[in-house]
This record gives sequence, structure tokens and C-alpha cells, in this order.
Amino acid sequence: MTAFDEMRDGAVAAATYAEIRAWIERTPLEDLKRKSSEAELLFRRLGITFAVYGEGGDPERLIPFDIIPRLIAASEWKSLSAGLEQRVRALNAFMLDVYSEQRILKAGIVPSELVLDNEAFQPAMVGFTPPGGIYTHISGIDMVRTGPDAFFVLEDNCRTPSGVSYMLENREAMLRLFPRLCAQHRLAPVSRYPEHLLATLKSVAPAEAGPNPTVVVLTPGSFNSAYYEHCFLADEMGVEVVEGVDLFVSEDDVVFMRTTRGPQRVDVIYRRIDDDFLDPEVFRKDSLVGVPGLMRAYKAGNVTLANAPGAGIADDKAIYPYVPEMVRFYLNEEPKLANVPTYLCDREEDRAEVLANLDKLVVKLARGSGGYGMMIGPHADETMRAEFARRITEKPGDYIAQPTLSLSTVPTVTEGGIAARHVDLRPFILFGKNEISIVPGGLTRVALREGSLVVNSSQGGGTKDTWVLEDGPARQSQSQSQGGTP
Amino acid sequence: MLSRTAESLFWMARYTERAANVARSLGVAGRMASMSAALEAESAEWKGILIASGGEAGYLEKYPAVTPEAVVDWLVRDRDNPSSIFSCIAAARNNARTVRTALTVDMWGAISDTWNTLRRMPQAETSGEALTGFLEWVRERVLLSNGAATDTMLRDEAWRFVQLGTALERADNTARLLDVRHAMLARNSTAEYAQWQAVLASFSATRAYQWVFRDRLEPARIAELVILRPELPRSLVACYARVNELLDALAVGQGGRKGGCHAQAAETLSMLTEGSIDAIMAEGLHEFLTRMIERTAELGNAIQDFYIQVAEA
Repeated sequence: MTAFDEMRDGAVAAATYAEIRAWIERTPLEDLKRKSSEAELLFRRLGITFAVYGEGGDPERLIPFDIIPRLIAASEWKSLSAGLEQRVRALNAFMLDVYSEQRILKAGIVPSELVLDNEAFQPAMVGFTPPGGIYTHISGIDMVRTGPDAFFVLEDNCRTPSGVSYMLENREAMLRLFPRLCAQHRLAPVSRYPEHLLATLKSVAPAEAGPNPTVVVLTPGSFNSAYYEHCFLADEMGVEVVEGVDLFVSEDDVVFMRTTRGPQRVDVIYRRIDDDFLDPEVFRKDSLVGVPGLMRAYKAGNVTLANAPGAGIADDKAIYPYVPEMVRFYLNEEPKLANVPTYLCDREEDRAEVLANLDKLVVKLARGSGGYGMMIGPHADETMRAEFARRITEKPGDYIAQPTLSLSTVPTVTEGGIAARHVDLRPFILFGKNEISIVPGGLTRVALREGSLVVNSSQGGGTKDTWVLEDGPARQSQSQSQGGTP
Repeated sequence: MLSRTAESLFWMARYTERAANVARSLGVAGRMASMSAALEAESAEWKGILIASGGEAGYLEKYPAVTPEAVVDWLVRDRDNPSSIFSCIAAARNNARTVRTALTVDMWGAISDTWNTLRRMPQAETSGEALTGFLEWVRERVLLSNGAATDTMLRDEAWRFVQLGTALERADNTARLLDVRHAMLARNSTAEYAQWQAVLASFSATRAYQWVFRDRLEPARIAELVILRPELPRSLVACYARVNELLDALAVGQGGRKGGCHAQAAETLSMLTEGSIDAIMAEGLHEFLTRMIERTAELGNAIQDFYIQVAEA
């Protein structure tokens, strides 16, 4: 199958990529490779690494960066962002509902047991409404494209989606390495993300926090794979990045951080640790990275957690097939973004279909992430398929399957020259009390191996800068020089 | 600033300074030992440096006798000794790593490169004939990381906790090193002139003595220089003046908030500025220095209590 190429195929693509096409055609490969090494040096110097543990080699790895940007036309982005906003509203409404009235379960639209018996369902949240009714302050929706107008949501990430620091640093790198190329395009800026993030977090602070609430980023520590991002976002927002040991909860259920000025009250916690580890008094007792009493303080309304505990119920892969129904049920609208058809192996008729078509489908863990524990049917051998057939039969509830999509490709610098590589897109959606804001673009991940459909950075994927073009004439690239034409 | 961050910066600086102090005193001890005519004096020299490093008890648990080779290994490489050069640099690097974003790129580079080079160094490069060169290298690396801090850090709380760690560690080291020699200084015998020179060398103060006194060496003046003269950056009074400056700057930055550590530091400083060497010698150099070592340890605890071990409200 030939994949849709975002530069080569279709009229919109041709216009969008005109400058990029001319640039890669006139630039010798050696120059592009040299620029690629410069980019790598830049990232190394900035210390942007991604920790991959337990696989040998250098634990502080660099995510490969490809210098050819991925472009999205203004008209395309307009409809995408409207769809993303709609989807996040529906997901949030679903979370509010399943922890309160459970209308969608009573209406029989989502099977009760799928929600109530789900590991991601958080009984501690039942009957509690988070400040502003917001569960998923920060979400990342993974999108793939298969044709000019065919965008699909591959999965929703409502817990602690990562990657936004790469979106920001990739743009920074492109502006440094290719100032002229950037100037030739009307690029929608991404640099205000940290400001929007801070505004979003402040908007949900407890009322008594006053006009300038104290926000912190809670990290599991320097051994976490996204530690760099935690520090980066805290620095950009001008707030502290704290570990569990830096916080304590007082007798009257208020959260404080230990500072050189003495205890300082904390109002909003952007937590980048999983629900299970948040509070050893409520969740896992052996958690060393959490804060005892945090849930008490949260439920007393003295501190806001973002995202809310229990938000994972909405991004569970078994819940995913029902999201279009959520849009209709809660918003009374038709979904603007399409889902990928999904088989739930727990359903008998779906399972039969999956087992009969293992060579055509992608099989994933219902509760996995990072590209671990998945099988791409057409790329797998007989032994692998037999292994997955066995696993699915043993634990059907753990697996879902989807058709193997022919992900779109974007030109990429490879050892042998410019070649088409498959990409996806993770836009980041901020849901505050007053508005939903989406920075134009997001993180484009690219599968660097020829033919590979796996874009995860833990599996050898790289990233590209994502350029959303604004409408209007191209920018002037140079000032006029004395004597007319330069 | 987070207390944990302050703690890591403070200890990063203390361990860095300690590594250089161990290197400096080990270099002097080596030279002294090779100059000693009597075997007894040589052994006393190695024993003295063990005492000054505060690790004599730990050493004797591990080794039956004081031999030059064992003492060098204990002070340079042994990870059972928390104050060995290897242990100090490793601890400094670990502290730096946990607060990496509070450091500048140059500081992190200096500390991290030192550790990365050190941990790959074979025994042969840190002992025997190679020892002197190795000790020089350690001192240079510490100068580099101090220089990186001075030249690149913002003058904020992070800077003050780094400087506080350096100054306090230096005060402690000065008192200990001088205390090891107190008996020799009290004897005041010109036969030990070379040893007096060695004392000055261990504070990098040979030239300083000449600049300040412009006269031949005298034990009381050596003690005066190292305890009471503000011109010498490693003297007790200079270290305490720095500690006071830093604690005051921290207080100003926090709207005047002060604690027990401020009062104690100020009291010790006035003790030193108003003290005279005659009175100190009359009290007994050893008694005085023991008191200073204790006060410095107490001050370290008071600083931790006030800024780092934040009580839960």
C-alpha cells in the first residue's frame, strides 16, 4: 500500500509545502546532513534528553530530531482544532458524569462494567467535583492522517501526557538553524504554551488562594523519563519543581512545601506522577514519591490537582470506541473527529474477528503506552501472531485491535537521502475555567525506520517541528537593500 | 527556594571544598614525611592527617597500623571513608545532579567532568610517584568549579547556599589542620622550622605570611595569621566574616527573617575580631581550636535547622 504523502499528494499539500519542496530540492544532501548534526549538538548542549532505563546503553538518550518540518495548512488546522476542543469537552463531561450521576451508564450507552470494573476508575473520586468541574486540564490527543481530509484520533491521553517540551524546543531549534526558511512562512507561534499552561492552572486554584496562587510541578524525580520536561515546564512558568518529600499536609489538610523561608502554602499541583503513587494514605502504600494526606487536602478543597485523579478512565483504550457516542450524548453534536474502528477483544464477536485477521490488524494492550506490548499484524511473523493469539485468548480484556492504518508520510533526512517516513501528531489541549486553549500544532513524531509505523520515542522514533501556517501572504524574507535588488 | 535544593547546594559545596582540603593536606603531609629524619616523626605526620580528616576511628577499624600506603588509599580512594577524595567528589556530583537546573551549565560541567574522569582513574594514577600530580589535579578541578560558580551564578539564594557551604567547610578545615599541629607550635623549637613552613603550606599561606609580617617564622604569628588575620582567605576570622555576610544577605532577601544561626555566627565572629593571639595562646591553642571546631559544627546544625529541616506547621 502506498501511503499518503503530506508534501507530494493533493492540491492543499502542494501549496502548503511549496517553499519546503524548493528548499530541499536546491539544498545538497551534505548540507542537510550537516545541519542535522548541528541540531543534535544544540539539543545535547541544552541537555534535552529522554531517559530510557533497563535497556542498556546510555540511559540519557537524545530523541532524534529531523530538520524537515511537518506542515499543516490554516484551513486544516481550523477544523482539527475545532474537533479537538469538542472531543476534550466530551471526555471531560464523561469523567464528571461517571464520578457523579453516571447518566451515560444508566442510558446503556457505555457498558457499566467497562467503567466500574476498570482499573483506571477511581472510587475515591465518586461524589467529588473537582474545582471548575475540570478533570483533564492538560490532554494530548494522538492523531494520524491517511488522506487529504482523513484525520483520525488514535488515542486520547488524559493523565499526564508528555512531549510538549519537545514541541517548544523543536521550534526553538528551527528558528536558530533556519531563520530564513522560517521567515518565508507565516508560522503560528507556539512559544506561549507555558503562559497558557500557567493561566490554566491558576484558573482552577481554590478560591481562598487569592489572585496569585502558588503553583508547583510535582515530579517523581530525576530518574523519571520525562524529568527534563518537568524541570523545563517549571522553569518556563517560573514555578518550583517539587518531589513528594518537599511537600507535607498539615493537620488541617493544607499542603505546604518546605522552603528556605519556612513552610509555604501550595494551591495548585501540576502533578506528573500517576494516580497510584499520589498519596500512600489512599492509594499504593509503598509509594515513596507521593505525599501522605494529599487526597484529604484535595477533597477538602484546599489544593487543586491537575489532572484530577481518576482522569485515566476517559483515555482507557477500552473506553475509546465510545468517545463519538459521548460527543453525541453530552454535547448533542456530531463528532468532528473520527475514531479508528476498534475491536474490543473482550467482546466475543470482536474477538473472533480479531483472531481471524491477525495478519491485517494492529493489536495493542488496552492499558499500555509507549508502544510496548503491541503487534503490527502485517509486519509480524507466524510465531509472533501465534503468541498474540494465545495472549488474547487467555486475557481478552487486556487487548484491543485496530486495522493497520497507512499513516501519512513526510520527507525526512536519512542516511541515504531524503525519504518518506510515517508520522503522527500529538496536539496539546489546555482546559481552564474560562477557556480551552490549543497551541497551533503539537508534537509530530516520526518513525525513522523505513516502513515502520511505530513512532514512540522509546521505540526509536524521532520528532519534527510542526508548522501550522497562518492565512495571508508569505512574510517578507529580507529588508530591501541599497541599490534595488540585492 | 525549596529546602531540598538549598541542602543539595550547601553540601555540594562542602564536599567540593573538602576534597580540595584533603588533597592539600595530603600533599603537605607527604612532603613532611619525606623530610622527617626519624621514623617516629614520619608516622606522627600520617597519624596527624588522619586525625585532621576526622576519620581516624574508621581507619583503625579497617587497618591494623598506620602506614603511608594505607593512609593515602584511605584518604584518596576508599569509599568506606566518607571524606576520601573519591567519596567527596561523588557526593558533590550526586548533590549537583539532583539540583541540576539550579546550576549553570559551566558549574555542572566542572563537577560532572571531574567525577567522570576520577571514577575511571586506575590506582596507579592516584598513588606512588603519581600522587603529587593527582593531588594538584584535584585542587585545580576544585578551583575550576569554584571559578565557574563565581563567574556564572546569579547572585540569588542558590549562590548564597553554595558560598555558605564553602565558607563553613573551610572554617572547619582550618581549625582541624591547625589543631593537629598545636603541640608543635607550642614547643616553639627552631629545630622544627621546616614543619612550621609546612603548616603554612597546608593553608596555601607561605607567601601570605611574608606579606603580612615581613619577618621570619614564629609559631604565635603563624597561629595569628591562620586564626585572626582577615587578609588570609582561609583564616578563621575571614571564613566567619564570609559566613556572616552570607547569612545577613539571606536574611535581607527574606525581609529580615533571622534565626539562631545568625546570632551564633555573629557571636563567633566578634569573638574572633576582638580576640588576641596572646590570649588564645594563654588559654591553650588546642582548647581554643577544639572550641572552634565545636562551634562550627553547631553552626552547621543551626543553619540546617533554620533553612533546611523545615518544621511541619
